[in-house]
Amino acid sequence: MSAVVKLEDIHRIYDSGEVKVHAVRGVTLELHKGEFMAVMGASGSGKSTLMNTLGCLDRPTSGRYLLDGVDIAGLDRNELADLRNEKLGFVFQGFNLLARTTALENVELPMLYGRRRISHRDMQERAEHCLEIVGLADRADHFPSQLSGGQQQRVAIARALANNPQVLLADEPTGNLDSKTAIEVMGVFQKLNAEGITIVMVTHELDIAHYCRRNLIMRDGKVVSDIAVTDRLIADEELRKLREAETAAKLTA
Amino acid sequence: MRLRSTLTVSFRALRRNVLRSLLTALGIIVGVGAVIAMVSIGNGAKSVVEAQIASLGENVLLVFSGSFNQGGARSGAFGAGTLTVEDAEAIKREVTTVIGVSPEVRTSAQILANGLNWSTQILGEGADYLSIRVWPLSDGVMFSEADVRSVGKVCVIGQTIATQLFPEGSAVGQTLRIKAQPFKVVGILAAKGLSVQGQDQDDLVIVPYTSAMRRVSKQTMLRSISVQASSPDTMTLAQNDIVALLRQRHRTAEGSDDFTVRSQVEIAQAATATADTMTGLLGAVAGVSLIVGGIGIMNIMLVSVTERTREIGIRLAVGAHGREIQLQFLTESIVLSVLGGSIGILAGIGASELVSHLKGWPTLVSPTAVVIAFFFSAAVGMIFGYYPARKASLLDPIDALRYE
Repeated sequence: MSAVVKLEDIHRIYDSGEVKVHAVRGVTLELHKGEFMAVMGASGSGKSTLMNTLGCLDRPTSGRYLLDGVDIAGLDRNELADLRNEKLGFVFQGFNLLARTTALENVELPMLYGRRRISHRDMQERAEHCLEIVGLADRADHFPSQLSGGQQQRVAIARALANNPQVLLADEPTGNLDSKTAIEVMGVFQKLNAEGITIVMVTHELDIAHYCRRNLIMRDGKVVSDIAVTDRLIADEELRKLREAETAAKLTA
Repeated sequence: MRLRSTLTVSFRALRRNVLRSLLTALGIIVGVGAVIAMVSIGNGAKSVVEAQIASLGENVLLVFSGSFNQGGARSGAFGAGTLTVEDAEAIKREVTTVIGVSPEVRTSAQILANGLNWSTQILGEGADYLSIRVWPLSDGVMFSEADVRSVGKVCVIGQTIATQLFPEGSAVGQTLRIKAQPFKVVGILAAKGLSVQGQDQDDLVIVPYTSAMRRVSKQTMLRSISVQASSPDTMTLAQNDIVALLRQRHRTAEGSDDFTVRSQVEIAQAATATADTMTGLLGAVAGVSLIVGGIGIMNIMLVSVTERTREIGIRLAVGAHGREIQLQFLTESIVLSVLGGSIGILAGIGASELVSHLKGWPTLVSPTAVVIAFFFSAAVGMIFGYYPARKASLLDPIDALRYE
């Protein structure tokens, strides 16, 4: 099975006049279909830059990036946009949903920018389907202001799934959520991964990283550790444990 | 380019904040509304004046004593009479392109009939008068050349006189007294109604000018001479010939004439010139407000772009091309201005109808003005929306997503 993502000696140097920042210093890695990777590192470790490169939002200064076999070097701005639209799904820390727009319309957004023309009905059906996957089919007509943080993030995940992407890229997806909701959202990711979707997630929380299957640690622009997760946490189990603890607390309190 | 999606995206975006969209469009609404209203009212006023001039008759030239400066101010006109009956006869005799001549004198007097009295205007005219003015009769006939030559005591009366002094039966054949002299009514004029200045045009009595001059007011000079040219094409020729003839007779030269010859067209032009200038000025002011409306749109679009930087970042991340972002914002701007323009057109029509209703002035909504206003507002949206749209399209997705 060939790699979905292939990075070969990626360097990214930011040259903003005064100081040159060598954010990524030679990263080589491969990601196969169905993998679930967490990228961890302190501030300034280069993990955000790496994610931007993976997300085709930024070009590496040197090195090669092949996404689903396509070398992004030869692509112009518009072609990169099309690549993002078709192969990638984005989930952000701040949810980044469109305000005063229904959940359904939010999920439809990537489809509006697709190269192929999709009929209104097909778009709606697909959006409803994605909302079902994340368990929010009954909230299709709600506005983000009417949804909790966890629900908003799940809508964002549904949006990321709209065009059936190869890779889901999540940047600190649980950063703005409380611990219980964070586990619920990790549960959604685990469910998607179980169905074969490749996921790359940036996080600085160790326990969140343990819900993934592979942990990458970066420091000073280099990969210092790349291991498979051994003591993996399963969201459903953790939630059950949490509920039991809560019930126990109520009984004794 | 995915046009349908762009329209969907733009409409959704505008719908998200209806109040802001409306307020932004307000400048255009007011600008277009003002232009339409001003032009309609101006056109209406102009058409009334034109109709009034047209009611002077067909291919009419007016000769009056005194001089008349270009602005249409009547100084010394109709004043010390310098026109004579002989002048009128000479015109009829010698100017070949003239088919009708009516010398005119005017006075007011009290008339009596059936024991009732009435103060009215007495016009002394020639037998050609009604055909020059294209003024039909509702009953009876006009007096003849013979009546004029014989200084006949005959008259033609307006509808108001007929209803006031001869309430029963037809006035034709009956007699009324002017300055204690009996005049037989031979005809009744068709109704004309009120003039634009509010005068009752049916409140008059027309007698042969000879009778007026000899029997009623003892005038020796004419107030004016109405002349009818044979066709619209011969009017200029007739006008020049009359001027030449009168100069010869009065021994005056250009610049020191003691008379004036004006064609119907010139009178109309003079009267409408002011209206045109006013309409033009008002239209220009309204046009300026349209520009201001456009600047308002650009201002809000710029603010909107900055506010929606994050949103633009998401759209770019999710696969939007720069061009599509540009098109989206440009479309929003154009939709705003076109919607504003349409509402403005309706508002302008409504306002001019209101003015019509309240002040009694007629208004004429010009389809040309509507079409121009519509395309102008679309153009405003395009021009003033371009810069903000371009700015939006050039955003870097990473920076945009990081924007607070």
